[in-house]
Amino acid sequence: MPAPADAPTALKARFPQVTDRASLDHPAVNVPAADLPAVLKYLRDEFAFDMLADVTAIDWAEGVSPRFTVVYHLLSTTSHAYLRLAANCASDAAPEVPSVVSLWPGANWHEREVYDMFGIKFAGHPDLRRILMWDEYPHFPLRKEFPLAGIETPLPDAAVVAETGAKAIAAPMMGGPFVAAPGEINLTEAEPRAKDESWSERREKPE
Amino acid sequence: MATDFAFPDTGAKAAAAAARPEPVERAPEEFQTEKMSLSMGPSHPSTHGVLRIQMELDGEVVIKADPVVGYLHRGDEKIAENMTYNQFVPYTDRLDYLAPLANNMAYAIAVERLAKLEVPARCQAIRVITAEMARISAHLLGLGAYGIDVGAWTVFLYSFTEREKLYKLFEELTGARFTTSYTRIGGVARDVPEGWNDRVVAFCDQFLPILEQILNLLTRNKIFMDRTVDVGVISAADAVAYGLTGPNLRGSGVPLDLRKDKPYSGYEQYEFDVPVGAKGDCYDRYLVRGEEMRQSVRIIKQAIAKFPGGPWYATDAKKIFAPPKDKILTSMEELIQNFMLVTEGPQMPAGEVYFEAENPKGALGFYVVSKGGGVPWRLKIRAPSFCNLSILPKVCVGAMVSDVVSILGSLDFVMGECDR
Repeated sequence: MPAPADAPTALKARFPQVTDRASLDHPAVNVPAADLPAVLKYLRDEFAFDMLADVTAIDWAEGVSPRFTVVYHLLSTTSHAYLRLAANCASDAAPEVPSVVSLWPGANWHEREVYDMFGIKFAGHPDLRRILMWDEYPHFPLRKEFPLAGIETPLPDAAVVAETGAKAIAAPMMGGPFVAAPGEINLTEAEPRAKDESWSERREKPE
Repeated sequence: MATDFAFPDTGAKAAAAAARPEPVERAPEEFQTEKMSLSMGPSHPSTHGVLRIQMELDGEVVIKADPVVGYLHRGDEKIAENMTYNQFVPYTDRLDYLAPLANNMAYAIAVERLAKLEVPARCQAIRVITAEMARISAHLLGLGAYGIDVGAWTVFLYSFTEREKLYKLFEELTGARFTTSYTRIGGVARDVPEGWNDRVVAFCDQFLPILEQILNLLTRNKIFMDRTVDVGVISAADAVAYGLTGPNLRGSGVPLDLRKDKPYSGYEQYEFDVPVGAKGDCYDRYLVRGEEMRQSVRIIKQAIAKFPGGPWYATDAKKIFAPPKDKILTSMEELIQNFMLVTEGPQMPAGEVYFEAENPKGALGFYVVSKGGGVPWRLKIRAPSFCNLSILPKVCVGAMVSDVVSILGSLDFVMGECDR
C-alpha cells in the first residue's frame, strides 16, 4: 500500500480536476463536489485513510461565490496521517454535495449536522433530518447572515404554542463587542454595559 | 398418613387441562406481538445528561434505536466566530465539562498551530500534567456513574472522594474547581504554585492503591460481569467506520492513541502504554479506562520528575500573550500591548488548521479557519462524544432494554460536548 504522504500527488495524477489547497498543517486538496465519492473511496481503499474524522462546512459570507465549502478530514489509523479535502458547492442558493454515508456510516451524523447548521443538502443521504435543532426550525444558524442573538421562532410543539403563545426569543444582548464582519454595528452601542447604579445618598435613585 | 388439612382439588384441574385443546404450533410471525415504542430520556438517570433515545421494542428486545441529540445545543461555534481567541477559552470548559483542563489545552494548541507558535517546555509539561489529571478525574466519574448504572453504588462514593482531592489541586492551580479556563493562547494563566507538584505526586502515590480498591469492586464482580461481558460488542471495523475515538475505539482493539501516534505538547518524551481491548464489549471499554488511569499516573510522575524550568508562556509572542501585570502598570509599551490584545485579540495569520487532541472521551478536534486578525472566521469543534454516540443505532439493535443502559454507560459520553 502506498504511503499516505504520496496521496495528494497520486490523487492529482488519477483525478486531474483535483488541485492543491493552501494549508498551515496537514496536506490539503480541493476536489470538485461531483468527484467527492470517487476520490474519497480511492483514498480509503488505496491509501488506508480509513477514518472520516470530521465533516464540516465554511460559509464565506453572503454575496461571495462560491459561498459554501464542505471540508472533510481523513485520518489513517495505521499510518496516522491526516488529509484535508475541500469541495465548493456549485450553487450558492441551494448548495448540494453528494453524500458519503455509503463509504463511512459515521458520516451520517456529520452530514446531518452540516445540513442543520448551513442548509447544505447531501444528495443520497438516507435520513437527512436536522440533528441539533428541532425538525421544524426554519433557519440555518451557522450561516453568516444569522445573528448571534438568534431570531424569534415558534417553539417546536404546535399544541404548546397554541395554548401558551410562547416562542423561542432572541438573546437580550444583541451583537456583542466583536463581530466577524466589522462595520455592521456600532461597537460602542453594542457593547454590553453595566446598568446605571450611579445613585448614592446624595443623588436620588431613579425610578 | 392422615392429614389435617385439605389438599386442593388437583383432580379437577387436571381434568380441565386435559379438556383444553392441544397447543397449535405457530410460526413466530403469527403471534400478535405489538411493537412498543419507548422514549428514554432526555431526563433519565442513565443517559448522563440530556440524551433521548427513541426506541422501538419487541418485548424487551430493542429493534430500532434513534438517538435524539441537541437538547444542550448552545451554539458554541457561532459564539466563537463572534469573539477573540482568548475569549473563547471559557467556552471550551463547557464542552466536556468533566475534563475542562484537557479541552483548554486542545483549543490552545490548535490556535497556536495557526500562529506557528511553540510554547516553552515548562508550559508543555504543565499542560500535560493538568490534562492527565483531568483524564483521571473524567474516568473516575465515568466509572462511578457506570457503577450506578449497573447497580454498584459503592464505586461512585470511592471515586468521588478521589475526584474531590483532584478538585482541590485544580482549585489551587487555576482558582476554580470546575470551569478552569486555565490556558491562554501561547501559555497558561499562571505558573504552578510553590509545592503544588509535590502535592500532585502525593496524590498520585495514595491514589494508586485506592484505584486498585475501586477497580476490585468491579473487575471480578459477578453482577458487573453479567451486565457487561459480551454486551454491546463493537467490532474494530465498525469502530473505525463510525469514527469512534478514545477508550471506545481502543476497547475494540484499535491501538490509536494520538498522544503516542501524533504526539503534541511533548508527549513523545514520556513512557506509557496504550491499553487495548480484545472483544470490544462493555467490559473491555471499562478495563481500558481503568488501565488508562494507571498510565496517566505514570505520565504525571514522569512529567514532574523532569519538570523543566524557564518561562511558562511564550515570551516572544508579544502580539498573542499578554505581558506581565506589573509591566502593564508601569510601562507604556506593555500597556499598549495589553490594550491591543484585549480589544482586538491575539493577531493570527490567515489560513486553516485542524488539530485533534487525545481527550478522556476521545479525539477532540478544532478546525480553525482564519482570515487574519483576532477573531476566527470559522471554528468547528469535532466532539468525540458526538461521533461515539452515532454508533448507538447500530449497537443497540438486538440488545435488551437493560443492556442499553449498560452500553450508554460504557460509551461514557458528555452531552455538553456532543451538543456544543
